[in-house]
Amino acid sequence: MQPFQCLTATACPLPYANIDTDQLIPARFMKRSRAEGYGSFLLHDMRFSSDGSEIPGFPLNRPDWRNAQIVVARRNFGAGSSREAAVYALVDYGVRCVVAPSFGDIFASNAVNNGLLPACVGEHDAESLIRLLEADAREITVDLQAQNITTNGVSTPFTVDPVWRMKLLNGWDDIDLTLSQGEAIAQFTANDAKKRPWAVPRTG
Amino acid sequence: MAQSPSGPQTLFDKLWDSHAIVTREDEQTLLWVDRHFVHEGSFHAFNKLKERSAKVSRPDLTFGIADHYVPTRRSGRSIDPAIQNMLDQLERNTSENGVMLFGLNDPRQGIVHVVGPEQGLTLPGLLMVCGDSHTSTHGAFGAWGFGIGASEVAHVLMTQTLWQRKPKRMRISVDGTLAPGIGAKDIALSIIARIGADGAQGHAVEYAGSAIRALSMEGRLTLCNLSIEAGARCGMVAPDETTINYLRGRPFAPKGEYFERAAEDWLRLMSDEDAQFDREIVLDASEIEPVVTWGVSPEDALPITTAVPDPESIPDSGKAAQIRDALAYMDLKPGQKLTDVRIDRVFIGSCTNSRIEDLRAAAKVLSGRKAKVPGLVSPGSSLVKQQAEAEGLDQIFRDAGLEWVESGCSMCVGMNGDIVQPGERCASTTNRNFKGRQGPGARTHLMSPAMVAAAAVTGHLADVRPLIEERS
Repeated sequence: MQPFQCLTATACPLPYANIDTDQLIPARFMKRSRAEGYGSFLLHDMRFSSDGSEIPGFPLNRPDWRNAQIVVARRNFGAGSSREAAVYALVDYGVRCVVAPSFGDIFASNAVNNGLLPACVGEHDAESLIRLLEADAREITVDLQAQNITTNGVSTPFTVDPVWRMKLLNGWDDIDLTLSQGEAIAQFTANDAKKRPWAVPRTG
Repeated sequence: MAQSPSGPQTLFDKLWDSHAIVTREDEQTLLWVDRHFVHEGSFHAFNKLKERSAKVSRPDLTFGIADHYVPTRRSGRSIDPAIQNMLDQLERNTSENGVMLFGLNDPRQGIVHVVGPEQGLTLPGLLMVCGDSHTSTHGAFGAWGFGIGASEVAHVLMTQTLWQRKPKRMRISVDGTLAPGIGAKDIALSIIARIGADGAQGHAVEYAGSAIRALSMEGRLTLCNLSIEAGARCGMVAPDETTINYLRGRPFAPKGEYFERAAEDWLRLMSDEDAQFDREIVLDASEIEPVVTWGVSPEDALPITTAVPDPESIPDSGKAAQIRDALAYMDLKPGQKLTDVRIDRVFIGSCTNSRIEDLRAAAKVLSGRKAKVPGLVSPGSSLVKQQAEAEGLDQIFRDAGLEWVESGCSMCVGMNGDIVQPGERCASTTNRNFKGRQGPGARTHLMSPAMVAAAAVTGHLADVRPLIEERS
């Protein structure tokens, strides 16, 4: 997994609350293999009209923000379906950080597992950042080590689960760590079989 | 809120402790997973296993179920090749790993969150995961069920474990008696409207109180199912005699003496009297009315007796903008009475409301009446379908003019091609009124099965209560 430390990039405001994972990637696109890339499906029905043409007013369609690697949104970003494809769509588009006042829990876990930083800011700070970006498209810097977002000398703190922070900073993957716990797992299952004999499904 | 291991514990604390393998210094805990369900969307995770040349660690605890993409009209029709490919991939991935599959042609096939309980795969005290956010449903049995993403699915497939940080605990108590015609869906939507679609984020929810105790297992499943729509990853009800009676004799549940011994353990799974919760919410059941959604988030829910909100009267400019956007998408006018909203079709189905009791509630209203709009009824499993047909419910739906089809996720998510057409308005028993959820440009109003039936026979959003009273 690609580590995330500090990123200075174009940030696109998405001034909407409750951008759910059905909007991040509509279900009809999820039959494709990841190898084909999911970036073109990101926010598909907000970016494109039914005839396939771009909706001109939508922020990601504006030349200033088209290449954004950071997006700033309102509360409850990524709520809903557990589809990791929502994260694939963001990552394959080129987005590496989402800034918002709150995130769907499953989305945030999925994001971290793919090197995408969910940076949580206060509701007021999110509004200020959105206004700033709307007034004058610019780059912002997201520093995960320092846990702040800076632009033109204005600094905004953000929060992220400390474990997720370490995972992102180092690009760690859980699986190798877990496989090193084989002995503890074996011990647990041996004890558990006595404590909860009913936990294994009856078959046949 | 920190609690000493010897102090009073919540039900969730007890489930957490019984699954904790190791806890790291940074408070991440490795948890044992008792059941893992995989559906067609699991191909991303199985591909991750292939990259590592890994196999499923515990096929005996892993169950495949075809539901998201399955066609609901099966006889004599060819299946879209892209959808057939999704079904084939699941078949291949499960058979290569020795995982039992409830596939398209299995007589027990259905929606994972209906089949799990029905087969007795869902039991109290289990930790259950699935790459589906509505895995919270299984909490109805006092199990700890939660949805995970593809990376986590791959992790569980390879290790039968997951790393988690302990969430906060929230208790939602509903005391008193529900009025006739009002059910679990109305309770759940009332809660979401009250606390918001992110109101329970980071929390494990326990539902308590006399109105919850009075719910059947079907009602509890609906309630726990919708926990995720309030942002909670899991929601649960402590097991009681209702739970035990439901489970006795289920195919995968313990049998005979083993069952009775297990039941003793299960009935001890409850929050201690003095257990502390990080947050408490209390609702009065007698104040709950039939609820419908008007907007594009489940939090946009109101009693049917009220009107569409007016953004001009909302002081918070962000909230007002959100309402304006929702009304534009839904093509509604501020102040419009909810009962004046005409609909184009209805859908009865989904992991939220497709169980036998849901079908009975809808059929009771539809019986002897005609629907003014077309609609689809998709039972939650092939066994629910069989039961409904034995009771003659299918005939009631057909006589009313609705289409009776096979089971699957169907029009809740539209993956199998059952979609609401652009601009059409659907009264739906499902769980999400998100923009485009039921198809591009679809307008969804969420409500209970009885309320969907009322909308069908009147052609507009309607209060089911007078229609029930006419019958009694």
